[in-house]
Amino acid sequence: MASNASEYIKHHLTFWNSADGLSSVHIDTFSVSLLLGFLFAIVMAYVARNAKMENPGRLQLFVESLIEMIDSQVKDVFHAKSKLVAPLALTIFCWVFLMNAMDMLPVDLIPTAAQWIGHSFFGMEPEHVYFRVVPSADVNATFAMSLSVLFLIFAFSIKHKGVGGYGKELLTAPFHASGPVGTLILAPINFVFQLIELLAKPISLSLRLFGNMYAGELIFILIALLPWWCQWALGGPWVIFHILIITLQAFVFMMLTVVYLSLAVESH
Amino acid sequence: MEFNATLLGQALTFAVLVWFTMKFVWPPLTNMMDARAKRIADGLSAAERGKQDLEAAEKRVADELRKARQQATEILHAAEKRAHQIVDEAADAARAESARIVADAKTEIDQEVMRTKETLRLQVAELAVAGAQQILSREIDPAKHADLLASIKAEF
Repeated sequence: MASNASEYIKHHLTFWNSADGLSSVHIDTFSVSLLLGFLFAIVMAYVARNAKMENPGRLQLFVESLIEMIDSQVKDVFHAKSKLVAPLALTIFCWVFLMNAMDMLPVDLIPTAAQWIGHSFFGMEPEHVYFRVVPSADVNATFAMSLSVLFLIFAFSIKHKGVGGYGKELLTAPFHASGPVGTLILAPINFVFQLIELLAKPISLSLRLFGNMYAGELIFILIALLPWWCQWALGGPWVIFHILIITLQAFVFMMLTVVYLSLAVESH
Repeated sequence: MEFNATLLGQALTFAVLVWFTMKFVWPPLTNMMDARAKRIADGLSAAERGKQDLEAAEKRVADELRKARQQATEILHAAEKRAHQIVDEAADAARAESARIVADAKTEIDQEVMRTKETLRLQVAELAVAGAQQILSREIDPAKHADLLASIKAEF
């Protein structure tokens, strides 16, 4: 059982890789997240296109309450005018939530289906068919978003402070000196601090999400190793708890993005 | 942790999704919601205005009603007063008429009395004269004493 179990876990934690090396793509992560992105875009576009001012349907009301919530959060935190931030927050929240929600699917459902399809239609060995269904448990997915946010932080800083203003801030904050000599001495220290601060943002953003989802997935896999008649005792509470986690992580990712962008806009 | 080209693919998907939301989802929905909020606010203020109008109209109606009632009372009072006046006048006229009738009757009676008295006096005088004539017929020559007789008559 021991080698069997470790093989089972290892199989579940292996991506469907198109090739080896840097240029390869995790087809499972990419396709699932793309599918969920389409789902999000289609539902949202449908609601936006059919939005009625009077007698809104349930779906429209749900989307409206979501927008209302995100709009109020963004207005609380982000005070500059921007057409990008609120839609960005909506996209992050919904997309991350949907990707996280893949964790709620039975842990063997998609991999087994993929194995069956791979075996019966493509003549593959079942143990060589891999499918990880939670995109946010892939560092590529989380870092793709957090690095995009870092790029937006740069863009917002430069747009609102100018290249010179932003460069000056990088060298003169957080430590302020009174004389020109002190400023010169403090400049490299300030720059190192700012660099650390800048790098910490995307890393904490993406690793927080990745860590939560990876751990959640791993625990589902471990629960799946229990005898079938007692899996519900742990799986039930964990899946209920996970409803909170996936929502919370999506919300945290969204809120921190808005906070970082508002910090980029406001001067120190 | 294995980084590879998936990251670029994910970033591209993310960018497209954000662009899509920014272009086709967020603006129409928020615009619609703002328009609805405005419409609701307008409707509420219109309702408030309507309520105020209704209150003003009710007040005006009450005023008119009160005025009409007052007017009716005044008219009633005037009519009553006029009726009293007419009754009084009629009573006065009747009283005056009766007084006049009584007075006429009195004068007539007086006149009748006077006339009767005159007649009576004349008859008494004639009777007296006739009596005196019979008594004095032998001694008095009516032709001779005619003037005497006439003066006696006049004395009566």
